[in-house]
Amino acid sequence: MKYLKQFVLILFITGIGELIRYAVPLPIPGSIYGLVLLFVLLCTHVVPLDSVKETAIFLIEIMPVMFIPAAVGLIESWADLKPILLQTVVILVVTTVIVMAVTGKTAMVLIEREGKRHE
Amino acid sequence: MNNLFAASATAGAVLSLLAYFLGMYLKRKTGWGFMNPLLIAIVLVIAVLLCARIDYDTYNASANYISWFLTPATVSLAVPLYQQLDRLKQNIKAILVSILAGCIASMGSVFALSLLFGFTHEQYVTFLPKSITTAIGMGVAQELGGITAITVAVIIVTGIFGNIIGEALCKALKITDPIATGLALGTSAHAIGTARAMELGETQGAMSSLAIVTSGIITVIFANFFAMLI
Repeated sequence: MKYLKQFVLILFITGIGELIRYAVPLPIPGSIYGLVLLFVLLCTHVVPLDSVKETAIFLIEIMPVMFIPAAVGLIESWADLKPILLQTVVILVVTTVIVMAVTGKTAMVLIEREGKRHE
Repeated sequence: MNNLFAASATAGAVLSLLAYFLGMYLKRKTGWGFMNPLLIAIVLVIAVLLCARIDYDTYNASANYISWFLTPATVSLAVPLYQQLDRLKQNIKAILVSILAGCIASMGSVFALSLLFGFTHEQYVTFLPKSITTAIGMGVAQELGGITAITVAVIIVTGIFGNIIGEALCKALKITDPIATGLALGTSAHAIGTARAMELGETQGAMSSLAIVTSGIITVIFANFFAMLI
């Protein structure tokens, strides 16, 4: 029953997120409103961690499986991907390296600067 | 086979789950970085559908039940974020600034390359959320009018690529601080990069998982602006 209660609470917050998505004319997924809402409710202790924790962690653990149907949709969109396959590989490799370098280097500089200030 | 799949309410879901379990088994047996269970499952399911001549729609009629859980699972990401609250507060400035820089670099480089390749708006927004977690990235691509199936595939392969090159690249660029390494992996390669970060250490793992959600939210905010550029 504990898991079911937790799941209903998560679904309730998800539902509110989707209502916000419906009411706000911005291209933001309803799940993001729900995520932020749950985070705020946890921080303000309106929703105690114990009332969602186990089910939330279970859902996150099995999340990879949930992407399979969407990715298998590649069968349908192969015609769209085929002409830009080479460009796709270039974007994939180049941007991943850039993002990793920029994020890591920025963090290094900021952390070193903080460290010097404390000395 | 198509008729069997059409008649069954669970065949597509069962096929997806079995393929994933086989992927996990192969990953455990070989221990190779590119043996990603999700990637293996996708390839296997596509192979089965093509060989048995099963329509995607027929498969998805039952596999769709699995996708249904994605929205509540994404909402659940608030829980690990909350569990990292103390670490987040301690390093708030370094964390937010470097993740923001990474997100802008991601969308900026996708924009530059899309311009170079002469992409249409539909193709451009398909790649825009490529570095963030699949759940959020898929939603972003959908909302902006991209081709979600390609977005999902690109996000997953990005994660696997980041997972494989992460350690060597950080070493080469002298990104040595565990906080910086974790943030770099999580921002560039989301959950699949985080799996690698967790192997490197507890701080790296925690920072990486924090970066997944933060970069996802930052990207949602800025993607709407970037989407207007092409």
